[in-house]
Amino acid sequence: MMRAWRHLAGLLLSLAITVVVGGVLTAALVRLSPGFGVDEHELDPTRDVAALRALQASRPEQRDFAGYCLRHTAAMFRGDLGFSRNWNRPVSGLLRERWPVTAQLMTVGILGGWALALALALPGVVYPTRLGNALAAIFSGSLLCVPSAALALLIFLYAGPVRAVMALAVFPRVFQYLEAMLSQAAGLPHVLAARARGVSRARILLWHIVPAAAPQALALAGVSVSMAFGAAVAVEVICDFPGIGQLAWKAALARDLPLLVTLTMLVTLVTQMANALADALTVRRGVHL
Amino acid sequence: MTRLRKLAWAALALLFVAALFSDFLPGASYAHQFRDFPRAGVSWRFPLGTDALGRDRLARLLVATRLSLLLAPAAALFSTILAALIGGLAGYCGGLVDRIAARAIDLMLSLPWIFLLIAARAMLPLNVSPAASVLIVFALLSVLGWAAPARVIRAGVRDIRNSDFLLQSRACGCRGMRLLLRQVVPNLRPVLLAQFFTSIPLFILAEANLGLLGLGVSEPLPSWGTLLRELETDLAFNPGTVACLALMMAVVGCFKFLLPEGDLHS
Repeated sequence: MMRAWRHLAGLLLSLAITVVVGGVLTAALVRLSPGFGVDEHELDPTRDVAALRALQASRPEQRDFAGYCLRHTAAMFRGDLGFSRNWNRPVSGLLRERWPVTAQLMTVGILGGWALALALALPGVVYPTRLGNALAAIFSGSLLCVPSAALALLIFLYAGPVRAVMALAVFPRVFQYLEAMLSQAAGLPHVLAARARGVSRARILLWHIVPAAAPQALALAGVSVSMAFGAAVAVEVICDFPGIGQLAWKAALARDLPLLVTLTMLVTLVTQMANALADALTVRRGVHL
Repeated sequence: MTRLRKLAWAALALLFVAALFSDFLPGASYAHQFRDFPRAGVSWRFPLGTDALGRDRLARLLVATRLSLLLAPAAALFSTILAALIGGLAGYCGGLVDRIAARAIDLMLSLPWIFLLIAARAMLPLNVSPAASVLIVFALLSVLGWAAPARVIRAGVRDIRNSDFLLQSRACGCRGMRLLLRQVVPNLRPVLLAQFFTSIPLFILAEANLGLLGLGVSEPLPSWGTLLRELETDLAFNPGTVACLALMMAVVGCFKFLLPEGDLHS
C-alpha cells in the first residue's frame, strides 16, 4: 500500500515538473523569437517617451521573463489562466468555449482510429491471408501517404464528413505500430508452440498474443493522444473548427505568450495523464517491464 | 528480397535519379517565371502546366522530390540513432537512468511539437535563405521526432532484458558489452528498422503539413507541402497537385515496402 502511494506521489511530482518545464520551454522559445513584444502602437510617432514607457511597462513579461513564468504558473494553480492580448479576453473564457470542440474531435479521432486499426490488424494476425493483409496494408498505407491537412482539405472541398478526418489521420499511425507489435507477438516461441498443440485461434489471440503485445500497445495508446492533438491542429485550421488547435495556431502566429503557455501546459497535462494512465494499466496488469 | 521490395527500391532509385539530375534536363528552372503563361494547361512545353506565377510545375515537382528524398531519410536516420541511444540506454540500464529517460521522453511527447516547430521556426532570423529554411525544417523534425521511437525502443529493450534467452545468456556468463552487442542489439534490429522506415514517411508528411499550413519551406524553393498548398487557392485539382499527391503517395508507400517483413517478424 505504502509503495502504491509512493508511486502515485512520484507520478504527480513528475507530472507537475514536466508541465512546468514544458510550459517554460515553449515560453522561452516564443519569447526569444524575433519580433516578440513589438507592439504596433510603439511605432506611432504621435506617442511621447512617457507614453512609450507606460506601454512597455504594461507588459511585464518583456522585462522579467523568469518572473513572468513563475507568476503565471502560480496564478494558474489559483485558477487564473491569464489574459490574451491577441483576443483581448481572459484565457479561461477562450478555453471554456473551445475545449468541447477539440475534445469531441479527439474522441472521434482516437476511438475511430483505434477501432479501425484493431479491426484491420487483429484479423491479419488471427486469420492471416495474403489478400487480407495486402488490402489492409494498401488502405492504411494510402492514408498514411496523405498529409492530414491535405486530407482535411480534400474532404472539406468535396463536402465530406470532416470529423472523420481525425479518425483517418490517427488510424494509419496506430495501425503501423499495432500490426508490427501483434505480428511480433504472434511469432513468439510460446505462441508457435500453442499453435502446434492445436490451441484454438481465439484462445491464442486472447491468451498469448494480446497479453504479449499489451504493454507496447498501452504505451501506444498514451502516444495516440498526442497524435490526435497533432492532427486536430491541422483539421481545425483547415476546416475552421473553433477548437484548441486553431486557438494554439493563432496564438503561435501572433506570439500570444500567455495563451500559448497556458495551452502548452494544458496539452502537456492531458498527454501526461494519458501516458500515466497507460503506465498504471501496464503495472496493474502485473507486467514487469 | 520480395518482388514488392525490389519494385519499391527500383521505383525509389528511378525517382531519386530523375530528381537528382533534373537540373540537366531541358526545361526551365523551378524559380523561372513565364509571365505570359500563368496557370497554363498541360502542353509539350509545360507537361504539368504552370502555377499562378507562371512557374513550370514539373521543374518544381522534381526539385521538391529531390529535397524530400534526400532530407527525410537523413532526418529519420538521425532521429532513430537518437531514439536508440536514449530508449536503448533507458530500457537496458533500468533504475534511475530509465526513470530520467522516461521523463525526458514523456516531456518530448507531451509537448505539442507542432507549437515547438512554429515557435522554433519563428525564432530563427527572418531573412534566412530558402535553402537554409528547408534544412531548418528537416533538422527540427529530426530533433523533435526521436521521442515516439524511443518509447517503443525502450519497451522493446525492456522486453528483451526480461526475456528467457537473455537470462540464459547471463547464466552462461555473457555480460556487459558482449551481452548488449550479441544479444540485445541483433534482437532489437527489427524495431530499429521499423522506426527508421516509419519515421521517413512521417517526416515527409510533417513537412507537407507545415507547408500546407504556410510554415514550411520559404519561396521560391518548392516542397511537396508548398506545392499542395495550391489546392487551397485553386479549390480544385490541377495537374501539378495531382502529380504531387500521387508522387508523395508513391514515395511514402515505397518506403513502407522497404521494410523487410522477415526482419520485422523475427
